[in-house]
Amino acid sequence: MNLDLPSIFAQTALLLLLAPLLSGLIKNWKAKLQNRRGPRVWQPYFDLLKFLRKDMVISEHASWIFSVAPYVVFVTSLSAGLMVPMVTAQAPIGLFGGALALIGLLALGRFFLALGGLDPASAFGGMGSSREMTIAAVAEPAMMLAIFPLAISAGSTNLSQIILASQGAEWKFLDPSHALAFIAMFIVLLAETGRIPVDNPATHLELTMIHEAMLLEYSGRYLAFIEWGVAIKQLVLMALLANIFFPIGLAAETTPAAFGLGLLYLAAKLLVLAGAVVLVETGNAKLRLFRVPDLLSAAFILAMLALVSTFLFR
Amino acid sequence: MNFQPAILLKASLCGYLIGAVGGLLFMRREKLANAFSFGAASLSALIGLQAALLVLGGGVGGPAPQIALLPSLIPYIQFTVRLDPLSAFFLLLVSLLALAISIYSLGYAKGFFGRKNVGVLGAFYNALLLATTLTFVADNIWIFLIAWELMALTAYCLVSFEHEKPETRQAGVLFFIMSHIDAGCLVLGFLLLFQASGDYSFFSLHGLGATMSPGKRDAAFVLFLLGFGIKSGIVPLHVWLPVAHPVAPSNVSALMSGVLIKTGIYGLTRVCFDFLGPPPLWQGVTLLTVGTVSAVLGVLYALMEHDLKRLLAYHSIENIGIILMGLGAALIFLHTGYPLLATLGLIAGMYHTLNHACFKGLLFLGAGAVLHATHTRNMEEMGGLAKRMPQTAFFFLVGAVAISALPPLNGFVSEWLTYQTLLRGFGATDSLWRLVFPLSGAMLALTGALAAACFVKAFGITFLAQPRSEQARNAHEASPSMRIGMALLTAVCVLLGLFPTAFIRLLDPLTQQLTGEQLSAQLSLNNGLVLGLLTDKAGTVSTLGLSLTGLCLLPIPFVLWLVFARKAKTRRGPTWDCGQRGLTPQMEYTATGFSKPIRMIFKALFQPRRDVQREYDFSPYFATNVRFESHIEEVFVERLYRPLRILILRVSRRVRALQAGSIHAYLLYIFLTLLLLLVFAL
Repeated sequence: MNLDLPSIFAQTALLLLLAPLLSGLIKNWKAKLQNRRGPRVWQPYFDLLKFLRKDMVISEHASWIFSVAPYVVFVTSLSAGLMVPMVTAQAPIGLFGGALALIGLLALGRFFLALGGLDPASAFGGMGSSREMTIAAVAEPAMMLAIFPLAISAGSTNLSQIILASQGAEWKFLDPSHALAFIAMFIVLLAETGRIPVDNPATHLELTMIHEAMLLEYSGRYLAFIEWGVAIKQLVLMALLANIFFPIGLAAETTPAAFGLGLLYLAAKLLVLAGAVVLVETGNAKLRLFRVPDLLSAAFILAMLALVSTFLFR
Repeated sequence: MNFQPAILLKASLCGYLIGAVGGLLFMRREKLANAFSFGAASLSALIGLQAALLVLGGGVGGPAPQIALLPSLIPYIQFTVRLDPLSAFFLLLVSLLALAISIYSLGYAKGFFGRKNVGVLGAFYNALLLATTLTFVADNIWIFLIAWELMALTAYCLVSFEHEKPETRQAGVLFFIMSHIDAGCLVLGFLLLFQASGDYSFFSLHGLGATMSPGKRDAAFVLFLLGFGIKSGIVPLHVWLPVAHPVAPSNVSALMSGVLIKTGIYGLTRVCFDFLGPPPLWQGVTLLTVGTVSAVLGVLYALMEHDLKRLLAYHSIENIGIILMGLGAALIFLHTGYPLLATLGLIAGMYHTLNHACFKGLLFLGAGAVLHATHTRNMEEMGGLAKRMPQTAFFFLVGAVAISALPPLNGFVSEWLTYQTLLRGFGATDSLWRLVFPLSGAMLALTGALAAACFVKAFGITFLAQPRSEQARNAHEASPSMRIGMALLTAVCVLLGLFPTAFIRLLDPLTQQLTGEQLSAQLSLNNGLVLGLLTDKAGTVSTLGLSLTGLCLLPIPFVLWLVFARKAKTRRGPTWDCGQRGLTPQMEYTATGFSKPIRMIFKALFQPRRDVQREYDFSPYFATNVRFESHIEEVFVERLYRPLRILILRVSRRVRALQAGSIHAYLLYIFLTLLLLLVFAL
């Protein structure tokens, strides 16, 4: 097995550096769209630095799980990121796992984060964990089913193979199965990254929090690792959505020029997606918790239709 | 070479027998009985493990020889067994689990000293292992059915071990009734097979389905599905399982959930792949659908439980469902003519069978340790155990991650194989049936995500936060032998997760026997470091690679810590209590609360009943006393079993008129029966 070490290092650095920027960008744009000035685009970097330097208070009720969870969240997001093709069609560790392993790794991070939420014996943490796991339980089948049409038509669950298969064909976005699956995946993206209308990333109101409720007891560098890990997860999911549905501009050669172009394409796709997320977040109100399953089952049905249309049009 | 496993198998069976007899002999001296019977079981299990590994590791050979255990005294009834690869695989499963559980029992059974008779427990435990092992290796219908019945009876005795509790007695009776319905179905099924073959040996039943008329073959399939289905607990035949497994002593629960329900899987595999030959499409579709339904409903009902052992029992139903998904897909591929894919499905099913045995055994042993320490199965009275029993908590956590199908542990690998099988199915089937595959795949995703939610609850409420009761506050770590038993299964879970390609090689003889294909070479890529699908283009996974990647990335947060946070201090403080005066355990999230959103989402299925009574003096806003009751009745119990029970009782009341108590009437019945039979015979 020959591992491409330079590309692993490059992608790790890209994930670490780009993720806070993407979060900052979405926050800034959202504020602009709501006629506020909003934080600077660079603000998440400063936040992370600040968190890292701060003292930590750990709950006296917490066990070792509380301290392990931040590392698991951080490392699983980063490893998942290495399995997604970002600049080139070949992911650095694509051989180690495709779509299924990606979903599995993100689920592992979530599992430990939810345990970390329960550990300090606060009712908020328990509430957050309970809701997070519930929403994940409804979102995961929709996500899986949305990936199925792509995996079936590529004959592979390997993300690079999925991209290569759709690159080889003509521009496929107008294919109904592709379009439906994309919409389903977009809804799942909103749920998985805790965006309105599923969760409000800006809220600290007790009864509406989902993700934030689990983090309430975290402080200092543990908080930094979790926030960073979650930002990386958001970047990973958006890059996944961008690259498997719009597989254009991915570097095929290993020249600096091709890499530069691939990076530009990736940035452009992420900007468009971020814009879409901002528009959805601004244009909608947060749903009641028990309306969220309706939204996600809509995603499930769309993905199902995508599959049926794969069946009909082939 | 083939001679050696035979001797080992006999030695192992004898060992169980000695353990059983010894347990009874030393009944009055509990320490000796405990050490002798569970020690004998551990040794016999080790020998059995060796026999199984010799057969499976020996690669593909000729047909396995028949082994006679005892000289045959009665015509037709021959005590013969055979260690063919399929039997050897299940011998591996039972021996592995028996080894870990027997070591664990050495410590666990001490909890019964002075209270119950440990010698009897040890005797029945050994007898159960003997019967289960015999069931897996039996080579003719007679010995299979005898072993099957022996297994049911000993299991009944073990379920009713703590018979002073009424709950236990009821569970035992339910188990007894269901066991006999399943034995009845099997007898009928085997009669149909015997009619076609005219011989009792399993060898003569091989590929028999092709010579049977379709009607009889289908009837046999349905009978076996019912019989083995009851044993393995598929929905809706599962009602006994969540009742009987929790009330047994925890070591027995681990054995029942880990191994006993797998006798059903063994039977179905044996019948569908070996006896019935090329299957019609509907059989595979039935298995796949039944599996999917069992998986989803099993995990949904598990989520609603706050009895730790009942929760685990419901998860057994879920995992049996996942196993059947692999096997069902394999049957469909056999029908559509894709033996390679059928082999893949079979490997997925068998892998999950072994995985489930390991992590469910581990989780039940962990639950036993918790029960031992807190004397309650109710999760709402636990909490904070991670600090009081850290090693047990770690073992339970590994089991929880494994059963939730999270990488890099073994549950993930076998579910990955199941997903791949289902995804391939879409292209390998024509007609609209192909939509069954991705739908099952999506339901598998739902099952996995719900299982993760359920184990966040099970682990979080049991082991984390503050203790919710005095017993939990005073809990203590499990005894060394209990920890060794759990550590053994933990290690197996990790190894099966990290080195799947090494394990799949052991399945080669089995798949060669059942589908005529071997896949281990095609599934192992890059010197066996990567599990791939025939080529590296079609999807690969490497749990080892993922773990190493994670380990290599782990220094990043530590470097960040060293660079930026060197001066930061860490201190312990109280959890934020909103300005109240400290948090009490009563304010924590409960297991019931944790699963509330899921109860709301699936309320059409659960139909939860709640009853709130408030007492107040002046105004309803200031209640002095609130009584809250919430209850969920399983839909099958309510809609299917209750009407059935009423019907049976009504019919038997009528039939009772025949039983007049007069000996003359009975003589008349005998005479009439004889007459009737004579008329038929003529």
